[in-house]
Amino acid sequence: MKYESQRIAYWFFATCMLLFGLQIVYGFIMGFAHAGMDGLHDLIPFHTARATHTNLLVMWNLAGFMGAAYYIIPEESERELYWPMLAKVQLVALVVVGVTAIVGFHVGWFEGRKFLEIPRPLDFLVVVDVLLFIANIAMTIWKGKRITTTSSVLFFGLLMAALLYLPGMIPTDNQTEDSYWRWWVVHLWVEGVWELIMGGILAFLLIKLTGIDREIIEKWLYVIVGLTFLSGILGTGHHYYYIGTPRYWLWIGGIFSALEPLAFLGMAIYGITMAKKGGRKHPNRTALAWTVGTCVMSFVGAGFLGFAHTIPQVNMYTHGTLVTAMHGHMAFWGAYAMLVLAIISYTMPLLTGRKLYDTPSATFAFWTSNIGMIAMTLAFAVAGVTQVVLERRMGMEFLAVQTEIEVHFWGLILAASLFTLGVIAFLYNFIRHGLPKGEVQGGRPAEDDEPEDEVALETAPGAAE
Amino acid sequence: MLSKSAARTFFLVGTAACGLAFVLLTLDTFQKIPDQTREAELTEAAIRGKHLFEASNCMGCHTILGEGAYYAPELTRVYERRGPEFIAAMLRDPESMYPGQRRMQQYDFTEEEIADLVAFLQWVGGMDLNGFPPTPPLASAAGTTPEATVADGRPAVFNQMCVACHAVGGRGGSVGPSLDGIATRFDRDYFARWLADPDAVRPGTTMPKLPLSDEHISQLSDYLATLQN
Repeated sequence: MKYESQRIAYWFFATCMLLFGLQIVYGFIMGFAHAGMDGLHDLIPFHTARATHTNLLVMWNLAGFMGAAYYIIPEESERELYWPMLAKVQLVALVVVGVTAIVGFHVGWFEGRKFLEIPRPLDFLVVVDVLLFIANIAMTIWKGKRITTTSSVLFFGLLMAALLYLPGMIPTDNQTEDSYWRWWVVHLWVEGVWELIMGGILAFLLIKLTGIDREIIEKWLYVIVGLTFLSGILGTGHHYYYIGTPRYWLWIGGIFSALEPLAFLGMAIYGITMAKKGGRKHPNRTALAWTVGTCVMSFVGAGFLGFAHTIPQVNMYTHGTLVTAMHGHMAFWGAYAMLVLAIISYTMPLLTGRKLYDTPSATFAFWTSNIGMIAMTLAFAVAGVTQVVLERRMGMEFLAVQTEIEVHFWGLILAASLFTLGVIAFLYNFIRHGLPKGEVQGGRPAEDDEPEDEVALETAPGAAE
Repeated sequence: MLSKSAARTFFLVGTAACGLAFVLLTLDTFQKIPDQTREAELTEAAIRGKHLFEASNCMGCHTILGEGAYYAPELTRVYERRGPEFIAAMLRDPESMYPGQRRMQQYDFTEEEIADLVAFLQWVGGMDLNGFPPTPPLASAAGTTPEATVADGRPAVFNQMCVACHAVGGRGGSVGPSLDGIATRFDRDYFARWLADPDAVRPGTTMPKLPLSDEHISQLSDYLATLQN
């Protein structure tokens, strides 16, 4: 850690860990309900568990991005955060809004629009909170010694994420228009600007962990985020096939969605190549595993499985079935959850000063959670495809089909238990690192700092073309 | 080899072009949505219903326009599939309608709110959704199309309400017993008394008293009496 104010990142990451743990609990409540055990129905009905599960995910991912930005931006800009106090206030505000929303879900306070269930008054607080965060980051970059591509991409992603929250607040009485704007937020976040944030964090991690020249990493960063937007913006069309919008979206959405895996494939190749060609062996192998892991799993979950059901002819039957849950779980895990876990794994030894890099429990956490998630995806896939065939293709009654696929939810619960074991190991490692009492190295080159550019050009000439 | 500035240009130009195209398409889409969704038929009641639908977080279990959660049935065409009386009865007391099955929350809606929700579902049901939800293409192969069995003199109300729980010829729900051959066990008079008030005929039965008119009961009794096998 080079700057005192980077310490604040720890508290954002600790918030992440707490919310992630809670998210899994609500996932189990839903898994058991699907398997026929809805004992908590009167206390926590399914819809409450569902809203809590997805909103906790969004909240902990956002907290992770903010923590990452508070760590990365001072280091990239070579100065302290502009308003360190504001960062603390802003975290507390985020937690207060989050807790209010979750408690609200349990007493029936909803806006009830998929993924945007947070009631309107809280929406405004979220926007204010995020704008404070953006202002802090912007001032730090502006007053910093240098403006790097990595920090600009990260900043642009965060800014656009804040702005794109606004279309979701446009009032409308027409369900189709409602849905149309809702996807501006949800799709353009996860398949658009969040990928900029992902690209920025990934570039930072690769620069630090592989020692490859910044110029090369940042050049390919442009190519990847370019591909993301080229496919992702018009790819929003795959949400506009069957909601009361014109038929031309079938063509536009279909073609551009088919290009979406390219951006993720690019990211996977990028991560793997950089990691292979990196000249320097960074001691934090765990962080590198999560970094390469996020590149690969986001390609499989978001790119490949997403593509598999955005073909309009397929989507006609899979739209609104558990097939979506299959894609959603691995996509979010691969692209965003693993990314946040990667930056946490990289920064923890630096923040706390305890260099617990390559412990067996960290390796266990990585493999167990990933194998668990793959197994969960398979369980969802079997349940989803069975539902599609029986309900959508053969015309069986909904409830009769749900009884048929109950058994796959027991499979899901088993897989999720394995996944949870891995996550518990990750939490254990997080706690074992202790509080953020690491030494501030100030202007001195940090021990895992990137080499000066001149040196890099000599030691890693064309390391990755 | 690609230079960094060329990569940056690719990113900026590509993003600007796609962003612009997306905004233009959005403008065009909003010109066409009112026609395609029959916005002219969007009544005050349906609008109140939409906002109640959201405040009750219905999408937390159901899908509508294929969007939502996958714990409860798709509601886009529910008005046509089950009819307003069934939906209203379901909203009044969900657990009595599907006894012993996956439960829906008891919301304690007022009659006015129920009418609003029904109006909303009716309006959604009239939208042009480019062919969604699809007619099950394999249903005829499995001998389960509604059309195939309508020909046997089955009243429309049977296809809306009764099949939610009971099957005939393999088509229908699995909540209650199959009705195949039911006429070999009971007569027309019994059916009429049973449908008017199941609990009076057999106290403690899980079959709910459905919102059926006398005419419906008469039609259904006639039909059930034909189900010899």
